[in-house]
Amino acid sequence: MIGRDLLGIEDLDRGDIERILETAEHMLEVGRREVKKVPTLRGRTIVNLFFEPSTRTSTSFEIAGKRLSADVVNFSPASSSISKHESILDTARTLDAMDPDAVIVRHGVAGVPKRIADRLKAPVINAGDGAHEHPTQALLDLMTVMQAKGRIDGLSVAIVGDVVHSRVARSNIFGFLKMGAEVRVAGPPTMIPAAVETLGVKAYTSLSEALAGADVVMMLRIQLERLAGSLFPSVREYTATFGLDREKLRYAREDAIVMHPGPVNRGVELSHDLADERPSVILDQVRNGVALRMAVLYLLAGQPLAGERRGSW
Amino acid sequence: MNRILLRGGRLLDPAGERDGPGDVLIENGRIAAVDADIRADDAEVIDAAGRWVAPGFVDLHTHLREPGHEYKEDIASGGRAAVAGGFTAVACMANTNPVNDDPSVTDYILDRGHQDSPARVYPIAAATRGLRGEIMTEMDALVRAGAVAFSDDGATIMDSGVMRRVLEYSRLAGVPIVVHAEDRTLVGNGVVNEGAVSTRIGLPGNPAIAEAVMVARDLMLAELTGAHLHVAHVSTAGAVDLIRAARGRGVHVTAEVTPHHLVLTDEATAGYDTNTKVAPPLRSLADRNACRAALCEGTLDAIATDHAPHAEHEKDVEFTAAPPGLIGFETAFAVVLDLVRSGELEPLELVRRLSTEPARILGQLGGSLAVDAPADVVVLDPAAEWTYDPAKGYSKSRNSPWSGKTLTGRVIATFVAGRLVYSEERGVLFP
Ligand SMILES: [Zn+2]
Repeated sequence: MIGRDLLGIEDLDRGDIERILETAEHMLEVGRREVKKVPTLRGRTIVNLFFEPSTRTSTSFEIAGKRLSADVVNFSPASSSISKHESILDTARTLDAMDPDAVIVRHGVAGVPKRIADRLKAPVINAGDGAHEHPTQALLDLMTVMQAKGRIDGLSVAIVGDVVHSRVARSNIFGFLKMGAEVRVAGPPTMIPAAVETLGVKAYTSLSEALAGADVVMMLRIQLERLAGSLFPSVREYTATFGLDREKLRYAREDAIVMHPGPVNRGVELSHDLADERPSVILDQVRNGVALRMAVLYLLAGQPLAGERRGSW
Repeated sequence: MNRILLRGGRLLDPAGERDGPGDVLIENGRIAAVDADIRADDAEVIDAAGRWVAPGFVDLHTHLREPGHEYKEDIASGGRAAVAGGFTAVACMANTNPVNDDPSVTDYILDRGHQDSPARVYPIAAATRGLRGEIMTEMDALVRAGAVAFSDDGATIMDSGVMRRVLEYSRLAGVPIVVHAEDRTLVGNGVVNEGAVSTRIGLPGNPAIAEAVMVARDLMLAELTGAHLHVAHVSTAGAVDLIRAARGRGVHVTAEVTPHHLVLTDEATAGYDTNTKVAPPLRSLADRNACRAALCEGTLDAIATDHAPHAEHEKDVEFTAAPPGLIGFETAFAVVLDLVRSGELEPLELVRRLSTEPARILGQLGGSLAVDAPADVVVLDPAAEWTYDPAKGYSKSRNSPWSGKTLTGRVIATFVAGRLVYSEERGVLFP
């Protein structure tokens, strides 16, 4: 059993993941009620500490917290005193003094959530750190695949695109492997990380080979502004080689589903129609995201009440 | 002047190829006698039984931060930390503020060294003005002022034409050009070794080849020019192979390796501790083992700490934003003793790489227990266990990955020019 924080899927075992997914299924039910709120975290304070802007993820955590009746405070460098010049120790001290019940951290550099967690009494949930991990994204992806396929064990999962910069890819690699799936990664050779096979995956530089027999095709977002011209020659060439459309999806199994962590560059990594229609499950991912994050908050911040000790899995 | 007799230690004198029991008599700042059983009734006797007596360590590569960055370290604190670590002479890099690219700065450093530091201080001057990699410094004037080598260190000279001229011109000065060999375009934004660990922990990778590519260029330029090239902090198997081959064909090249590259690997960076962020980065196990083997066979000549103090507020930031470097003086001996414990290196050979070789590379006295040599001597206890707490050390900074760790091997006493400047019991003895 892991400790009090959720810093990465690498730290979890299969039982932890199953427990989170089961809890998330219960939370999904809350979202279907007329009054989408339960009193589980009443009186608890959750801090959304986002050093890097991400409306989607912070909103998802905020809704998750509010549905559990927690007070959610958004804390971001733009709107607070936390800046690059404040040390991690200062940040942790400042937060600790506010006595939160959970802190959700998003940062552009790998390792910052861990460094904050090392110094904070409250549990820390990593909402994405650099190219390291984005554990709640992977968990909601696992949840979505479980719903669509009824199992994860034995499935073939192809993760396609900018693997080297992707925390979503890393967390999903750890998650799907722990749950018994086979994982392949594919992309331009410049976007495949060094020694990636040491993670337990197989790397491809051909989309058709990577997709052959795949049950799940996970497309990663390309950071156009940053990468075009350095890691691949042009958007046109990227789309021609690694962009997914219905034509290329035929390489995969007939019943393959298409996933994307969002937001989609339409017409680049994913064709316009595939972004909206089956077999794409992108909207399920978003819906599951709230339930999954409710589950994580409940499991980490929601255990015993008064005189409490912090919860853990 | 008083006389000191170090009695009954294991004498390790690489210069004299001596490894065995004996006494050392220090008189008037020099070694007066080395023998099996010295009688000197009026001398102050220090019992060295069970201990090693060796020439003081010489550190080829350090950052003393003065002038300009005294909040990290100064020549006084750095010199104290040095002698507490058994170093009797330290060469300091030019990346101060102002940069040591002018004889007035060299003068200043030497002056402070004489007045403030118990260890001898040897300034390394910049190879190019302002470390900008464009216009070479006045090497003749700098050497006459006391510079012992030239280096732009971390500001690697990327322009091969400039590097060629620097090497060529250095023959006039007759001192080594020390290079921090990393191709900055290959390093990119890398902060840890590129490989399985960087892929797992998601920090940008710095490929091993960034070092080998630059070492290859510099070796070819050294071969062309006949200059003395000294490769700093070698960290990769690729660089080791290139240096070995170049030496085989007669290129005048020497090289150093740090204690941290000999002992740690990139696995140490997996916890995101910024005290493990160094340049070049901690490498793979295969690279580390290649460096160990190369040190033992002599392809890498010397051990140098690359002592690089940084303030806590500078290190307590994101891994990518933290400055690279760690403090190394006070832990170096215990850390590299690992090579003796593993059976890879005899104690005499370890001392050679800590003392005799670096002195030779710098063209300075030291590294010898010969009669009449300056009495720069260290007494060591290879078995003593202690727990390192940088807060209790002499450096102003605390950026060490060995903080809180129990280490084996301790400096018992350090003499510079015959004067006891450090003892384990009394600490640094310097006004
Ligand atoms: Zn350097």
